[in-house]
Amino acid sequence: MTTELFIQYLVAGITYGSIYAIVAIGFNIIYNTTGIINFAQGEFVMLGGMLSITFLQFLPLPVAIALAVLATMAIGAGIEMLFIRWLKQPGILRMIIITIGLSILIRETALHFWGANVRSLPYFVGNEISTIAIFGARVSPQVLWVIGTCGLMVVFLNIFFQTTSIGREMRACAANRVAAVLCGIDTRNMVTLSFILSAGIGALAGAVMSPITYTQYDIGTGLAIKGFTVAIIGGLGNSLGAVGGGLLLGILEAFSVSVVPLAFQDAIAITILLVILFVRPHGLFGSSAVAGLKEF
Amino acid sequence: MKKIIGKSLCTLAAACLMTAAPVWAENIKIGALLAVTGPASFLGGPEARTLEMLVEEANAKGGINGNKIELLVKDTAGNPEKAISLAKQLLEEDKVLAVVGPSSSGETMSVKKIFEDAQTPLLSCAAAEVIVNPLASWVFKTPQNDSSAAIKIFMEMNKLGIEKIAVLVDNSGFGKAGKEQLVKIAPDYKIDIVEAEVYDAKATDLSAVVAKIKANPAVQGIVNWSIVPAQSIVVKNIRQAGWQVPIFQSHGFGNIKYVEAAGAAAEGVIFPASRLLMADQLPDSHPQKALLVKYVKDYETKFQEPASTFGGHAYDAFMILEKAVAVGGNDKAKVREAIEGLHNLPGTAGVFTFSATDHNGLDLNAFEMMTVKDGKFVPYTGK
Repeated sequence: MTTELFIQYLVAGITYGSIYAIVAIGFNIIYNTTGIINFAQGEFVMLGGMLSITFLQFLPLPVAIALAVLATMAIGAGIEMLFIRWLKQPGILRMIIITIGLSILIRETALHFWGANVRSLPYFVGNEISTIAIFGARVSPQVLWVIGTCGLMVVFLNIFFQTTSIGREMRACAANRVAAVLCGIDTRNMVTLSFILSAGIGALAGAVMSPITYTQYDIGTGLAIKGFTVAIIGGLGNSLGAVGGGLLLGILEAFSVSVVPLAFQDAIAITILLVILFVRPHGLFGSSAVAGLKEF
Repeated sequence: MKKIIGKSLCTLAAACLMTAAPVWAENIKIGALLAVTGPASFLGGPEARTLEMLVEEANAKGGINGNKIELLVKDTAGNPEKAISLAKQLLEEDKVLAVVGPSSSGETMSVKKIFEDAQTPLLSCAAAEVIVNPLASWVFKTPQNDSSAAIKIFMEMNKLGIEKIAVLVDNSGFGKAGKEQLVKIAPDYKIDIVEAEVYDAKATDLSAVVAKIKANPAVQGIVNWSIVPAQSIVVKNIRQAGWQVPIFQSHGFGNIKYVEAAGAAAEGVIFPASRLLMADQLPDSHPQKALLVKYVKDYETKFQEPASTFGGHAYDAFMILEKAVAVGGNDKAKVREAIEGLHNLPGTAGVFTFSATDHNGLDLNAFEMMTVKDGKFVPYTGK
């Protein structure tokens, strides 16, 4: 394999990987405060893309994206307040079924509004054929936007969780909900906030990736499966683990085409998921002691 | 007394009028099995709308030989099981004379035998060659054959001196059938398929597989055979990799939305297509010209959306049926015979000539090579 080809695969892998990582981080944020997997996470990504395309008809691109992210955050908050907040002692199974139901609801509503056509935002820089060379490999400038945006989101989320008091309250919630309540933290608000946050990052990723991947009412499911795989690989709840897991899966997928036919790409992701679930259920980067304390 | 006679005369006249109608005209019941909703709605939607428009038009002119046409559209949602039960409903309960559809090849294959057993003409709007080959005496289809598209592509490659190619297909039924034909026909045109890949219909980025194919220096041309939006991603990824290889697409590219999705990357893509896409650019003497221009104009003014080749397949099916019923009347066997006797009949997909052994009626000439220039379909004139 030439260096050029190696870099080409690597960049493709990092692109997929960073999208998967963002979806996985979205899973993690909600998992940390509620202990459930929000299966409507992929739909937030879809909404981010679709809404920004709709707003673009009236507004300039950056404003349209910002507005779409805010709108998706509002939808995330609305969902939490309408369907989750008022539940008393909800069982995990019940919450999971609720989020699956919500994902179907959002998907069908999107089909009703936008139809089954694929849509996309214009390229932020250049057009469909512009390309830039990186060590001899050629990639679309949009790829750098995706990688850059996802990278920045990870950095900002980390700063948010480490340094701000709300971020610390959310982490406290994740570490031990009962202790957090005793310390005077309103865990219900933290849950709402986690939905807002994960809706927001999902939506931003959805908008930035749409020129490359296109957006359609039903892209959420596929992304959710990949994101879930990555979250498991990285260890549920571990955001940096999600970044590592995402890049690992993305790069593996990209390089896999050089040895097996493309048709097996998804099989690889699912095989990894199964192996991890059997061998290291707490994930590559998680600790089994911590996982043992969790309900799910 | 006078009053009574007058009254009874009136009733008699009324009774005559009432009973008279069925004697002069009996409704011709035509069924349609179309994927109006669901994942194949981009096929079934325009097909159903086209049929409704045509039936309305035909009835306004007095129907066929004075008989009104009654159209029964059943929505299969693209589901073969549903197509089977709806087909039985049309045949057993509604007792239709003939059926237009189904929209997709999978559905058509699953109802093929039912129509053979029921001895009722079926005019499929789906493309796969297996629908009419092996021949089934009651089953016809209006779209062009996949093999014709493949031959057209290879003939163009021969002209350009392209010998070694990569084939990319999507994993839908259309993609798989296309790959089969490409692999089968390539040796006849001395073309060597050096790389072949199948991509997921829901793929979001294919730059890795493009990198793999690009790394093979033997590849002189690409055939990207697909009917799903992901085909535009392939085109974009090839150009983004800075690769100026000639790209050939299938007739599944004949939807302006796919050109819009690929944007500047779609420029110069070469593909075989139905003349419907270039109706206004045909010479006036062309046998399909008048009919195509009228259909496109009527459809677009009525439904406010671009006419597609898929709606055209339903147009052809209905037109063939209309001609056959005009000859055969309300008799299934006669209608079937009449279809086999149709020749030199211009439709949207081409000029149809049916026979007892050819239930498609189209040949290579039904396709025209086209390309994309400034985001529009234009006839391909060679290099």
